[in-house]
Amino acid sequence: MTELTPVLSAHWDEKDSFTIEAYKRHDGYKAAKKALAMDPDELIQIVKDSGLRGRGGAGFPTGMKWGFIPQGDNKDHYLVVNADESEPGTCKDMPLLLANPHVLVEGVIIASYAIRAKHAFIYIRGEVTHVVRRLNQAIEDAYKAGYLGKNIFGSGQDLDLVLHVGAGAYICGEETALLDSLEGFRGQPRLRPPFPAIAGLYARPTVVNNVESIASVPAIILKGAQWFQSMGTEKSKGQTLYSLSGHVANPGQFEAPLGITLREILELSGGMRAGHTLKFWTPGGSSTPIFTDEHLDTPLDYEGVAAAGSMLGTKALQIFDETTCIVRAVLRWTEFYKHESCGKCTPCREGTWWLVQILRDLENGQGTEEDLAKLLDLCDNILGRSFCALGDGATSPITSSIKYFRDEYIAHITTGGCPFDPVASTLFETAAK
Amino acid sequence: MTTAQKQTSQVVEMITLVVDGFEVTVPKGTLVIRAAEKLGIQIPRFCDHPLLDPVGACRQCLVDIEINGRAFPKPQASCTIPVEPGMIVKTQLTSPVAQKAQQGVMELLLMNHPLDCPVCDKGGECPLQNQAMSNGQSESRFEGTKRTFEKPINLSSQVLLDRERCVLCARCTRFSEQIAGDAFITLNERGALQQVGIYEDKPFESYFSGNTVQICPVGALTGASYRFRARPFDLVSTPSACEHCASGCDMRTDVRRGKTLRRLAGDDANVNEEWNCDKGRWAFKYVTAVDRFTQPLVRNAAGVLEPASWPEAIAAAAAGLTGQRAGVLVGGRATYEDAYGYSKFARVSLGTNDIDFRARVTSDEERDFLATYVVATTTTYRDIDKADQVLLVDFEPEEESPIVFLRIHKQVRKRALKVHAIATKLSIGAEKLNANFVKVLPGSQSDAIASQELTKLSVILVGERASESAGTLTAVAVLAKKSGAKIAWIPRRAGERGALEAGAIGNLLPGGRPVTDAAARVDMQSVWGVETISSTVGRSTSEIFAAANEGKLDSLVVGGVDPLDIDNSAAALAALQKAFVVSLEIAPSAVTELANVVLPVAAVTEKSGSFLNWEGSARVFDSAVADSNNRSDLRILSAIADAMIKPIGIATVSATAREIATLGVWDGERSTFSKVKAVAPVALAENEAILTSWRRLLDLGTLQKGEGNLAGTARATVAVISPTRAAELGVQNGDALRISNSVGAITLPALVEDIHDDAVWAPRNSLGSELLAKLATASGSVVTVVKA
Repeated sequence: MTELTPVLSAHWDEKDSFTIEAYKRHDGYKAAKKALAMDPDELIQIVKDSGLRGRGGAGFPTGMKWGFIPQGDNKDHYLVVNADESEPGTCKDMPLLLANPHVLVEGVIIASYAIRAKHAFIYIRGEVTHVVRRLNQAIEDAYKAGYLGKNIFGSGQDLDLVLHVGAGAYICGEETALLDSLEGFRGQPRLRPPFPAIAGLYARPTVVNNVESIASVPAIILKGAQWFQSMGTEKSKGQTLYSLSGHVANPGQFEAPLGITLREILELSGGMRAGHTLKFWTPGGSSTPIFTDEHLDTPLDYEGVAAAGSMLGTKALQIFDETTCIVRAVLRWTEFYKHESCGKCTPCREGTWWLVQILRDLENGQGTEEDLAKLLDLCDNILGRSFCALGDGATSPITSSIKYFRDEYIAHITTGGCPFDPVASTLFETAAK
Repeated sequence: MTTAQKQTSQVVEMITLVVDGFEVTVPKGTLVIRAAEKLGIQIPRFCDHPLLDPVGACRQCLVDIEINGRAFPKPQASCTIPVEPGMIVKTQLTSPVAQKAQQGVMELLLMNHPLDCPVCDKGGECPLQNQAMSNGQSESRFEGTKRTFEKPINLSSQVLLDRERCVLCARCTRFSEQIAGDAFITLNERGALQQVGIYEDKPFESYFSGNTVQICPVGALTGASYRFRARPFDLVSTPSACEHCASGCDMRTDVRRGKTLRRLAGDDANVNEEWNCDKGRWAFKYVTAVDRFTQPLVRNAAGVLEPASWPEAIAAAAAGLTGQRAGVLVGGRATYEDAYGYSKFARVSLGTNDIDFRARVTSDEERDFLATYVVATTTTYRDIDKADQVLLVDFEPEEESPIVFLRIHKQVRKRALKVHAIATKLSIGAEKLNANFVKVLPGSQSDAIASQELTKLSVILVGERASESAGTLTAVAVLAKKSGAKIAWIPRRAGERGALEAGAIGNLLPGGRPVTDAAARVDMQSVWGVETISSTVGRSTSEIFAAANEGKLDSLVVGGVDPLDIDNSAAALAALQKAFVVSLEIAPSAVTELANVVLPVAAVTEKSGSFLNWEGSARVFDSAVADSNNRSDLRILSAIADAMIKPIGIATVSATAREIATLGVWDGERSTFSKVKAVAPVALAENEAILTSWRRLLDLGTLQKGEGNLAGTARATVAVISPTRAAELGVQNGDALRISNSVGAITLPALVEDIHDDAVWAPRNSLGSELLAKLATASGSVVTVVKA
């Protein structure tokens, strides 16, 4: 039985966990001080050795990303933290920043020093005003303490950290769209190459990392690559935040080594909501193909999830029980993608518009079996044809749900309507009973 | 291929790849979509445009690609991928995956596209329509609700947007930003509601907006003046050349039943690439304006102009010219061949060198400069492409030769070409070129020119306004000699360079032959079959008018000259009143009322010929309107000469072109250039300033008559003063400013900008600011500026 391994979330239950005093109480900013006395290349090597992989979804090795930045090029380098957490079901970065914003600030200091950046940016989604306030306070406190600004920690190094609040667009979680948005343009993905490591923010070498990736760095520096490597599986090292939500008894953040299974997390957290059984779930947000109860023992690491036909993604475990209509759930997700499609490329822009109309007909019992075939063919014309991964993600819930629950789609067609009581799946209804 | 081009292509690395089983070798950096084109394999596309940066947005051009055995996991947009050695490309012709991907994208594009092709202007010449037929499926599976918008909306008075038809390829927005430097339109909103839009209260007022209509691959952008006017298959298209300026754009003129309905930019990689300006595109109605002359007019004994037959009119003209001391004024709008006709007519039929094509402010310094540094020289667009620096002297490319502007802008964007602008005022165009603005007091350009550091790779672009301040052209000549930089003289009008080469100026015979050179005269005497050609340098435009007023000239032949273009228009009108005037014009003008014989001539679309653009390169065009009854100037001059029994023997364009071809280039001595000193600035009293101005691209020009939609995008008429003067006068932006002199006054809204404290700028010929008509001056003279 895998144990929980709280690192980032170790002190979230302390009342003042978000303050600089509380953070320092638990060895806060010691890693930064240590790092600034080291050679930047050594830092990159430690992060490489730790095996830390991007926690934003793609799982790209963080140290390798840092190593791509050309050194000695006489250009400004930038670190950009992607805090535009928008993937449906994903709710790890915002609680982390609410409860422990300083761990990100410290991670930023270390990462910026490693890649020789004098300016760092945090791009945060605009809807989370309360998180923005906490993060702003943390940055202000770090400036006051001399951890940011000129000559930080008396090391002779300078670092400015800017918090930029987005205007609310899912696409700005895509790193190049994020950079465009940060530069003041509309958030739409850029053509690659050039990649951000060569020409990113303001056409300068730029590292774009997820909040959790950067927040994981201080502990690695303090405790060493070996410590980090001791957790996780062969190719997926370390601990991470799993976000459990939906029809479960106790939703929340569960920090555990990579490779834990959903069965274990459910056991640790208290299981499904009382009297109900698992029907389907997402391993990493709505853009990752869904799983069912047959995947309860799939190791939740990058390789394990991929082998089972999905993606680890953001580790957003959205749990749905037997009261949920799959068609309705997929329709809701698809409406999200239609609303969030940036409009740049044809397949995503027009495709999501059409997908919603077909799914709506199916959910209302007005669809046909040809519609189902059309839906799959349409997904085939969007997947791998779009400019960025948003279009690909939009097809995941549809194709995977038809794979596992085709009969349920057919039932909508043959009975001329939705066979489920939508009220039964709501959480507030459960509470009333 | 020239030697220079050959040398360039030798250093470019070539790459061989395979497309659909065929090998093709292309230069490194070529995109897959264009390598395929080279084999004749057409991959469907919408957002791709060879002159715009790749964007990969429409996804229509997806193909399968494999490099050295390693296949891309999914189809790639061939408009974004450069070729690589060992690449194997499978297009829709050989890859079922690519074929399905393309058909899928096409179905999605058509899903929200309205089925209004029968009423759409683009129908019949629509890339979406065509490619839906060639690369789409015959039936759509879409049964849902289409996205709808209000249609159309105005982006400007000239460009309309139908958002339903838009496929969001971003060609228009990319053109505006990348090519024109006018990011006035942008994509707004997101998803299927994404749309092209303008900034609030800021319409699409770009001089190049019409290009977006032309490159729109659907009927989303339409021009107000062509909308619902015609079907493309009813139009007869003729390649033509633009008559509006000296840029020399290749054009296409579309005519239906004798009437020009639209003009489009043609393709010429050496000149306008695929672009043109809005004036060239949309100012053509002057040809069909109702007031065109339909027959000759002759002034009768009672002094009244009355219609006459052609033989009567020709006879009257010949009678008025035979044995008289005559001068010839040919406006800058004549074709090369027509100008040659005037030049020969002056020498052969009238026996004079009193001929000038410069219907504007001129100087002897300019005349000599043209003969020494401009005629028979070749500085080209390619020189701008290769230049290390470009120096602009009294020349606003965006206003006065828009394609030159685009070419400089291209190099500024591509390789940060350094541009210096010696000007009396900072202009929008100079700002877009990121130019180093060298501010000068009007008349004091020469010191600023002398201080420039150029090299032999530099290009000096000097405008026709340089004639307005003494010493400017001298300074240009000195700078060019010192640095080895190339000189290009860029007049505004399309015909001036051709007229210069044709010898329609007092000091030159055709081909740059100095009239003062005996050998040069012998050349022309033998070609023309005349015994003598005068060796006296002829009079300039203003000298011709003065001579007529003084009784030294009896007759004037005037072709397309507006007396109000001359700074001393009162003298011009008095001269026309006094002399026997033969006027060759397309429509009534200020000359008509004073003329003795009026001979209607063909407009440019009604005749064939050529213009020499500022490079000196021939822009040949054919008659776009078949069966026009109107005759060219050349034909009419020939008839008059015949009637005078002093024939010029070139009644047709082809005969003229043949004769010009036999002349060859003058290989003798060029005339020497005598340096002219700048005039010291005059002392100014309180509230006095030196006037400076230039013509805006869109203004009250004769050739823009009847184009209300075009005029709607003209820049606002303002008077520009410096912050210091504004403070002294207590004037803020928008306050009324009165500019006056002894002749008259104008009142304009003030604009406080970067200009010399002692200067005031106003547009030369815009609504409310008709400087020559109201103040009888356009630059360099002292005016009084007060708050109105």
